[in-house]
Amino acid sequence: MSETELLLSVRNMEKHFPVTKGLLKRQVGAVKAVDGISFDVFKGETLGLVGESGCGKSTTGRLVTRLLEPTAGKVVFEGQDITHMSQGRLRPLRRDMQMIFQDPYSSLNPRHTVGAIVGAPFRIQGVKTEHGVKKAVQDILELVGLNPEHYNRYPHEFSGGQRQRIGIARTLALKPKLIIADEPVSALDVSIQAQVVNLLEDLQNELDLTYVVIAHDLSVVRHISDRVAVMYLGKIVEVADRKRLYNSPMHPYTNALLSAVPVPDPKVRKERERIRLAGDVPSPLNPPPACRFHTRCWKAQEICRTVEPPLEELASGHQVACHFPENAPEVAKETPEAT
Amino acid sequence: MSFLDVKDLKIHFPTDDGLVKSVDGLSFGVERGKTLGIVGESGSGKSVTSLGVLGLHKGGRAKLSGEIWLDGEELISASAEHVRGLRGKKMAMIFQDPLSSMHPFYTVGHQIIEAYRIHHKVTKQVARKHAIDMLGRVGIPEPARRVDSYPHEFSGGMRQRAMIAMALSCDPELLIADEPTTALDVTVQAQILDLMVDLQREFNSALIIITHDLGVVAQVSDDILVMYGGKCVEYGSADDIFYRPEHPYTWGLLGSMPRLDREPTERLLPIKGSPPSLINVPPGCAFHPRCPYAERTDGKADTEVPDLAETEGGHLVRCHMSRTERRTLWETEIKPVLETQ
Amino acid sequence: MLTYIIRRLIGAFAMLIVISMVTFGIFFVVPQWAGATPEAMASRYVGRAATPETVALIAERLGFNDPVAVQYGRFMKGVFAGAEYDYGAGVEQCPAPCFGYSFISGQPVWPELVNRMPVTFSLAIGAAVIWVLAGVSVGVLSALRRGSFFDRLSMGTALAGVSLPIFFTGMISLVVFSYGLGWTAPGGAYVPFTQNPALWAYDLLLPWITLAFLFAAGYARLTRAGMLETMGEDYIRTARAKGLREREVVVKHGLRAALTPILTLFGIDFGLLIGGAVLTETTYTLPGLGQYAILAIRNQDLPPVMGFVLVAATFVVIASLIVDMLYAVVDPRVRLS
Repeated sequence: MSETELLLSVRNMEKHFPVTKGLLKRQVGAVKAVDGISFDVFKGETLGLVGESGCGKSTTGRLVTRLLEPTAGKVVFEGQDITHMSQGRLRPLRRDMQMIFQDPYSSLNPRHTVGAIVGAPFRIQGVKTEHGVKKAVQDILELVGLNPEHYNRYPHEFSGGQRQRIGIARTLALKPKLIIADEPVSALDVSIQAQVVNLLEDLQNELDLTYVVIAHDLSVVRHISDRVAVMYLGKIVEVADRKRLYNSPMHPYTNALLSAVPVPDPKVRKERERIRLAGDVPSPLNPPPACRFHTRCWKAQEICRTVEPPLEELASGHQVACHFPENAPEVAKETPEAT
Repeated sequence: MSFLDVKDLKIHFPTDDGLVKSVDGLSFGVERGKTLGIVGESGSGKSVTSLGVLGLHKGGRAKLSGEIWLDGEELISASAEHVRGLRGKKMAMIFQDPLSSMHPFYTVGHQIIEAYRIHHKVTKQVARKHAIDMLGRVGIPEPARRVDSYPHEFSGGMRQRAMIAMALSCDPELLIADEPTTALDVTVQAQILDLMVDLQREFNSALIIITHDLGVVAQVSDDILVMYGGKCVEYGSADDIFYRPEHPYTWGLLGSMPRLDREPTERLLPIKGSPPSLINVPPGCAFHPRCPYAERTDGKADTEVPDLAETEGGHLVRCHMSRTERRTLWETEIKPVLETQ
Repeated sequence: MLTYIIRRLIGAFAMLIVISMVTFGIFFVVPQWAGATPEAMASRYVGRAATPETVALIAERLGFNDPVAVQYGRFMKGVFAGAEYDYGAGVEQCPAPCFGYSFISGQPVWPELVNRMPVTFSLAIGAAVIWVLAGVSVGVLSALRRGSFFDRLSMGTALAGVSLPIFFTGMISLVVFSYGLGWTAPGGAYVPFTQNPALWAYDLLLPWITLAFLFAAGYARLTRAGMLETMGEDYIRTARAKGLREREVVVKHGLRAALTPILTLFGIDFGLLIGGAVLTETTYTLPGLGQYAILAIRNQDLPPVMGFVLVAATFVVIASLIVDMLYAVVDPRVRLS
């Protein structure tokens, strides 16, 4: 497997949005949307990025595709440092790195036909196609399960699920290597969500794609991802392969998240031991010091308020940023050499 | 007769493109202290139903028929003014998006005070004390201070708590919650669901939760109604719907959702196609264009609307297939696939 | 809030200074650039019959030979501290705010402006009351009865109101109501409110209605659009679900939100109107600021024009400042910090 080949690498990436105040517009603070995160994405895998509102997962997606410029840190795509690359130099790279958005309604121009929307990337990038753009577009439409004869229709003539397929078709036009999908199914009906999730998986197998899927829905992320990163207030608190993360989560926040998801089984509601977090996510404008989760954590001690826990590998491929992780192999923590 | 008893409710809207049958012959009941979950996708008519029960379609363009009995009183034939007097007092509602559902220009306290004083002739001071009391009961810290905050100064979860406080301010006996947690984060959603269940126990009210999320329904409902194309396709206890479902649409919903309580499957089992638009509901069984078993109905699928028939002990199914056929399909084809997952 | 007000006040003052520079430039500097000699400028003060020597002397005394900045400084000093003019026939005191003397009448500009302000204020305030009441209520009713005969009739009338020029509607109404039916005053008269309120209103009634018609039309359309939008909001549904009476739903919840954009528009319109309802005052020959400005422009009487422009600009700036502050009171989401 080519799984070990690195496609995207992010190191200590930060994005701070300044907040100004007063007569002279002094900067009085910053929304630390993303505050120093590092992760890798390997070829052919799907990395899931989960978290609640304000955790910085969408900003992360926009930073790695350079729709936003990071305040600090480093983003390396296919060996090239793209952190501060100019838009002009980024343009050829955009072919390889595409984004799918949440809202299939607003991300398609209502005055353009499907053919024009899906064909636009060819024209913008000036790509030559064997049998003309139209044939290429129709092939893609068929690939995503749309009728190629609908080439001349407008977005409003399609249902929500079909519009998301159009959005996917557009990103596929130039055979990208990496697709960042930001909440790709959350605006869709349940029965349609499953169609789109399956489509994303089929396309990955067929076209050898790499995904970063950003979502708040833990079940969808588990279904689609190979590895999952959990974010909280601009930080990654836990990364592991899917099985480890969902079966033996180490970070208390991950535990609480998993425990909060309602399960479609009436019996479970009586049996399941649930962790209930108090309150809402604090504002990223003024995040708690040290471990950001300590204000809502039931295991928090003095050290959590004073020392920020680093993101450490406690088991093979399982990184956690917590002073008191759960399900942790105790020996491994004391003497990392033992593993 | 149940505390709330809806019989053959129809809510039709005449439009330029034809008659939109948003709700087309719906019957259900809820007792006090019990919870009914109404499940459906967009355009299934579930939200129109809730507004209809509250009488909010009265006097508008909608054509209403059928009966809505609330505590022995019929509401469709009652005057709009009479139903208005019940609204907020005897029956109340919580909406999906707490930010857009509260008036941005008035404080949270003002809006609760207003709700209370519509139905109680008390001074502002008394109503204000009541509002603070209600905010405290739904778990808002420092209610005496937060009562003067504006909705935009609250977090999403706090806003939904405030909405609940407002809805419960007059001790309603029927509470309808339309997607009450859809706009909230997972951890907050869990808090709000717990709160609603606790308060329902405390107030002993009848609760209707309308949602697209089968997980939410499973967690709170006693009975469940599955809606499709303006009609009920399956109705039964929570156990009926989750352990013995008989309608192919319910099977489809269960197969569509990835589950956290089981090992992940290779693939999800979606329903083909999209939900119908209510302006153009397919003839016969509204689900037949998406149903994998439509050929098994002797050609009745697209010509005859199947009856909503009882299979066993209050479990109702609207399907052309025979009961034995459905049971066999569930036991042999559907359940094994869903469960090996 | 306080820092916001201070910042806005400083901004408003700076804006007025800029306006004064631009107007000063247009009226006094540009003509000189365009070739008008100091003597030509001065000749306007002394009349064409004066000898060249007199003109040159006056030009020297009025400072037309000085650099532009000095001239502007002297003008602004006049506005804030008053000035003295020496025509050779003795020194005349011009107390602050001094905008100079009219070439034509020889009278100081400021007292004339002050004299005429009550007329314009009366006209603007009366018309504003009528158009806000009429426009908003017609707009609300149209929105609530969307598609009805009333809606179509009022929106048709509103379209006419927006598109018909004021001198047209003004003339027509004069012909019909004053000369024809004799219901209203024929115009040209103004009795101060303090003297006789009834006569004051009688004289102003027709100008009020004419002016209000023009503005009410726009307000009705804006209110209708705003109401249609807000009545579809989720919080309206919530208000109904609480059991609130429909009238209160409309007024307390719907109209309250629909009125905010109208407030903004009103600030601008009212400021402009105080600055001079030029066409209306001319049509009805009312002795207000607008009429004064028109007369001055016709006679190339620069100091009154200059004074008028600055006074009008001040009103517009003040009105928009007040509206911005009111906005924060109406909509708590607007943070004034």
